[in-house]
Amino acid sequence: MTKYIVKRIAYGLLTLFLVSTITFWLMNLIPGGPFLAEKAKSEAVMKALEEKYGLDQPKTVQYKNYLVNLVHGDLGLSTKQRGRTVNDIIGEAFPTSAKIGSIAMVVAILLGLSLGSVAALNRGKWLDNLIIVVSTMGIAVPSFIVATLLMYFLSVKLSILPSFWQGNASSFVIPVIALAFYPTAYITRLTRSSILDVLGQDYMTTARAKGLSQFKRLFKHALRNAVLPVVTYLGPAIAGTLCGSLVVEKILTIPGLGEMFVSSITNRDYPLVMGTTVFFAALIIVMNVLVDIAYKIIDPRIKLN
Amino acid sequence: MSENKNPLSMQLDVSDFLPATEEEKQELVVMRESVSFWKDGLKRLKRNPVAMVSFVIIILVLIFAFICPGIYPYTYEQQMRGSENLKFMQYSEKEQERIDAGEKVFPHILGTDKLGRDTMCRVMMGSRISLLVGIIASAIILLIGSTYGAVAGYFGGTVDLIMMRIVDIIYTVPEMLVIILLQVTLKYPLQRLADTVAAFAWINKIGVGLVCIFIVFSLLYWVGMARIVRSQILTLKEQEYVTAAKAMGAKHGRIIKRHLLTNCIGTLIVTTTLQIPSSIFVESFLSFIGLGVAAPMPSLGSMASDAIDGIRSYPERLFVPAFMISIIILSFNLFGDGLRDAFDPKLKK
Repeated sequence: MTKYIVKRIAYGLLTLFLVSTITFWLMNLIPGGPFLAEKAKSEAVMKALEEKYGLDQPKTVQYKNYLVNLVHGDLGLSTKQRGRTVNDIIGEAFPTSAKIGSIAMVVAILLGLSLGSVAALNRGKWLDNLIIVVSTMGIAVPSFIVATLLMYFLSVKLSILPSFWQGNASSFVIPVIALAFYPTAYITRLTRSSILDVLGQDYMTTARAKGLSQFKRLFKHALRNAVLPVVTYLGPAIAGTLCGSLVVEKILTIPGLGEMFVSSITNRDYPLVMGTTVFFAALIIVMNVLVDIAYKIIDPRIKLN
Repeated sequence: MSENKNPLSMQLDVSDFLPATEEEKQELVVMRESVSFWKDGLKRLKRNPVAMVSFVIIILVLIFAFICPGIYPYTYEQQMRGSENLKFMQYSEKEQERIDAGEKVFPHILGTDKLGRDTMCRVMMGSRISLLVGIIASAIILLIGSTYGAVAGYFGGTVDLIMMRIVDIIYTVPEMLVIILLQVTLKYPLQRLADTVAAFAWINKIGVGLVCIFIVFSLLYWVGMARIVRSQILTLKEQEYVTAAKAMGAKHGRIIKRHLLTNCIGTLIVTTTLQIPSSIFVESFLSFIGLGVAAPMPSLGSMASDAIDGIRSYPERLFVPAFMISIIILSFNLFGDGLRDAFDPKLKK
């Protein structure tokens, strides 16, 4: 087990190193450096700026400095928001995004598992068909469409929810629904098919023959086994929620990390783009490692390697 | 007579030794008409109403996106002065005058946008872009993924180990972030390449954004396909016909191309079809955050994004592209599921 965890973490670190290397060299493909888009500056100012951001050194030295800083958790200075470090900006924007994202994930898991179980237990009946139809449509609608439609109907038409961020509970409703929409539909389909699989297994017949109650059979025998594919989906789901947050936050003007990332792209704030990319990548990689380890704990049968 | 016979009697029954009649001979024939792989699959596909309905929808969308713009009287970049912000089937004052004068004016079925461009035509072109991106990206993924997976699976051993480790690493790289990063960074170098080198002038024509999308797909998105193909090849290469081909001196390339890949054609078709909607999804997402196709060219994602500003007054501008994206993704998903059930029952989850 320890060996497995160490190996997974090593893989994670390797990926993170690759992503940050790709990020660094890609950002250096942009001609003229990060100050190109701004108003013409005198040579002295340019030189001072380059010195401040360490851009006067050769690329390999810059790369080394970047990696060393990264190991220390320092993501550098923003070039557009003067005097602020990327760490500050991320630290300010991330909590909002994390709150919305984690609520959405919890909603998606709980709702998906229960809808999937209900559908599987009512196989072939109208309730099952209804859930299948809705979840099939659910995975065809992108999150930005869900967010804009919800915003139009709930806040513009009916005006029961705020259409812009106010930071209170009602502001959370639309982004959470929009982000949870796709994973809920996906988990529902996944749970339904895996529960149907499990219900056909011999141990379910045994459990029934033993005279276990329906409740115990469902929760202790069926769900415990059926939940495994859902756990493997959690990694991609977290990455998907993160991507969804980019657009959902932009639409609903939520001051989160996703909105900031998109605007830093349009503003050409390259250190911020770089820092956020590395931060996002680290987040996804850490989550994936955690999910893999959780998978191993939930299902001790899984053979490692 | 025979019913009264003692079951243990050794006496023979004469009727058992009569020659068989034609009818009895027919009953012994257990052969049925041989059904080819394609016929069998198509038969199963035709019996699946959901898949057939989505197939019809896909055909309709293809006609809508590729043939209709040719016969439609407006073009996607044509800005009509005085015809801005029209609602469904509405005419501008100028057009109304022309109609009153007895002229025939083609109606703006879905209205126009704030620059006076016909929405119907833009939706057609947007769907065309989305479909093209989906199909070309899937073709790239098919090509790279199947070759990579087949080579890894066929040679096995160390080659397989190294190749699959690379796949594992690419698999853990968050794709969407790399796409965004590439979109941001490749724009200038590609632009310069297109402007300076004549051989790359086509990049300007289709837009730097689209080229970036294709590059990203060919760099990152093939890993899923490679894994699926590899696992198929691993079982296929143990088959006798591969041994026979080897014995006859066929080269590795020929065995992979002619014998192995042709035998997992079902998997290839199904995986490619299911890849199309997810490529379209990625394209619309990128266009929505402003990193997709270049300005005058419409895309369903960028149309939806443009609609947000005027959502209070012109909500229909959002509904139309939203509906198109959803219907395209949905029909490809359902058709792909149908294909999987028909051609590749083993893959069924």
